[in-house]
Amino acid sequence: MTEEEEATPQEEATAEEAPKEETPAEAAPVKEEAPAEAEAISEAEAIRQRFLISAAPHLKSWYSTSKIMYLVVAALLFPTAAAVYFFGFYALTVCAVAIVSAVATEWAVKKLRGRPFIMDGSAVLTGLLLALILPPTLPLWMVAIGAIFSIAIVKEAFGGLGFNIFNPALGGRAFLMACWLAATTTLVAPMGFTWDAVTTATPLGLSFVPPADTGTLYWNLFLGNIGGSLGETSVLAILIGGGILLAVGIISWHIPVTYIGTVALLTLIWPGQDPLFHVMAGGVMLGAFFMATDYVTSPITIKGKIIFGIGCGLVTVIVRILGGMPEGVCFSILLMNALTPLIDRYTMTKTLGLKSLKRASSEG
Amino acid sequence: MDIRLKLTGARRGAKVPESKITAGSPIEPLPLPEKVIIPMQQHIGAENAPLASRGTEVLTGQKIGESEKFISAPVHATLSGEISGGSVVINPPTGELTKTLAITSDGADKWVELTIAKDPKSLSVKKIIEMVKEAGIVGMGGAAFPTHVKLQPPKDKKIDSVILNGCECEPFVTADHRIMLEYGEQVLSGLNIIRKALAPQNVYIGIEDNKEDAIEHLEELISKSDFARDFKIVPLKSQYPTGAEKTLIEVILGREVPIGGLPMDVGVVVQNVGTAKAIHDTIFEGKPLVERVVTVTGAVKQPKNLLVRIGTPLRNLIEYCGGMEEGANEIILGGPMMGIAHFDLDFPVTKGTSCVLVRESAPVKEQECISCGRCLGVCPMRLMPTLLTKYAKTGRYDAAEEAYVNNCVECGSCAYACPARIPIVQYIKVAKKELVKRKANK
Repeated sequence: MTEEEEATPQEEATAEEAPKEETPAEAAPVKEEAPAEAEAISEAEAIRQRFLISAAPHLKSWYSTSKIMYLVVAALLFPTAAAVYFFGFYALTVCAVAIVSAVATEWAVKKLRGRPFIMDGSAVLTGLLLALILPPTLPLWMVAIGAIFSIAIVKEAFGGLGFNIFNPALGGRAFLMACWLAATTTLVAPMGFTWDAVTTATPLGLSFVPPADTGTLYWNLFLGNIGGSLGETSVLAILIGGGILLAVGIISWHIPVTYIGTVALLTLIWPGQDPLFHVMAGGVMLGAFFMATDYVTSPITIKGKIIFGIGCGLVTVIVRILGGMPEGVCFSILLMNALTPLIDRYTMTKTLGLKSLKRASSEG
Repeated sequence: MDIRLKLTGARRGAKVPESKITAGSPIEPLPLPEKVIIPMQQHIGAENAPLASRGTEVLTGQKIGESEKFISAPVHATLSGEISGGSVVINPPTGELTKTLAITSDGADKWVELTIAKDPKSLSVKKIIEMVKEAGIVGMGGAAFPTHVKLQPPKDKKIDSVILNGCECEPFVTADHRIMLEYGEQVLSGLNIIRKALAPQNVYIGIEDNKEDAIEHLEELISKSDFARDFKIVPLKSQYPTGAEKTLIEVILGREVPIGGLPMDVGVVVQNVGTAKAIHDTIFEGKPLVERVVTVTGAVKQPKNLLVRIGTPLRNLIEYCGGMEEGANEIILGGPMMGIAHFDLDFPVTKGTSCVLVRESAPVKEQECISCGRCLGVCPMRLMPTLLTKYAKTGRYDAAEEAYVNNCVECGSCAYACPARIPIVQYIKVAKKELVKRKANK
């Protein structure tokens, strides 16, 4: 066996070497003799088939689009787990319906557009994100419609991944709110592993009566033992997931820190507001770590990211305190999404050597 | 007055794996080939006209190609024997076609009479530059820019600093590392000649800290030498692309080379360690540039550092290293970040070939940009590669020019980091070529 195995590469080697040795001899008279030319061409073709020609750099980093998408999905499993813990198994069915509808829609739209369908994980991510910002008891058919709108209209209608202006998941939620306001704002109290839900007020709602003991309130907000959308209630789970994304370098700190910081600072100086409550209640945490950091719909420059984060924080607080709706995270990010191209345009990086060039031209 | 300055480093760049598997392998001379192929253009600049034709007998070191143009470097026979033909190959640094002369060896390796300066230490600057030009010396780091041009800056450019580039930030390549370890004296002597020609106040040697042995070795040589006491070694954090000229100047001196400018615009000349050795060999031994150190690495059975006659076909190098591993399907001239893939094993080693990297690779599929911004984060030139790519893709070359596409050094950090596998450098090269074409048509 071993002798045979050894023999094969040797045979191959000699077979390869034979035409190679002819090359120098053949190459010289190429111009004089026509038949030799034909052989030389076939030799050249053989070489081309053997050696790959590609553009530098020939090394690629470990990160690929789909790896990034699935890593974000993995980080979202913490808020998802918290959702299931606090809101029961129905939360799982919401997630499953949203993901399946999103992927199926992407496949169908790609088919219609005649483009290849790549399972890059972006549709899975959109579906899961959408599920996590929906109320725990939303009818499944509404969930499906939200996912279909997210993918078909917010993402694919603009050209698909990389070209969409608005965050697809947030777009889907905004659409559902516009269609079925009551259903999308009816929130239930955490009920554990049952199918029975008790309607409750979201902590940001007008009818919400805060418990007398603020310590308990903060603790419940931190753990997620409070009414709200599926994945947004548990600050702890979001911090674990977001921390993972920061640690592996998928997101940078700029947007989450400026977003949360702005909310905290504004509510600190705003009379009668509680910054700790505003940061932990509602969707600020989930929005800051998982929505506002969406690559496609947020600025690419560092300066741009900071402006974006501050803008999101500002709009969120203004909507919450002065606006007609209890929560402003969704619309604040959507609004800043629309401004992203503009922000990028005005925060372009200053290339190396630009300073000395400007100096030289002003002197000249 | 320490010889070694404080560790410093570039803030931007891609975190590429180093893969310097041949760092511990001493340089071995490759047995002389039976035939060499000498391209008439192995540098950036004008092509040489052949000085010999088929049937001419030549000696090793004999000039066989010359140009009257200023930015050019002559080429020499690297074996003694007979000119046995000519053809056309691609010149890696420019990507353009150039004529070649093939020399079939007579097996004797008879050298031309080497003219050694009587008193090398008291040569005039003019004579140094003339000798460097006659020897055909070019930047040995890969760009292959004629060295004599860099040694005679225009009168209005005062050179206050010379930087010897021993960074070798490209993964896999260890040629410069071994040169510093094994030819340290020659490198310092060559650097001393460079200093003589340019008369700078400061001489720096930039070496990445993954070559601690080279830093220590040169430090020791400098402390023992009588001429190099004021040379300063700058240890640099290993980070691609610290060895890129403009990045190196920014890191060591904090100066920004203006867009479209040259290092001499900020009073700096950067030379590669291999170039310094070649200058020493010319001035003190009379040798023209006929051989260089090449790292043969990657998917070959025994990766090695080889001393190779220029013009030796790649096949000889790879065979000497035990041949390719099964499945190897790509040959890269230079390192994996900026090297050029070549399809032909009969292609010769040229003056700029620092490395022959054999590897197994699969074609990658380009996807759409997801605006992750990684390319911005790594760009040593602080450009916006994704934007330049978008402009190049849509044919908006003027917009690309306004976004300073010509300031790109093509280090490849952006395309390395890109998760969508967009060949960003290739798009940028297209934009640059189109802009050159447009200017020519105007």
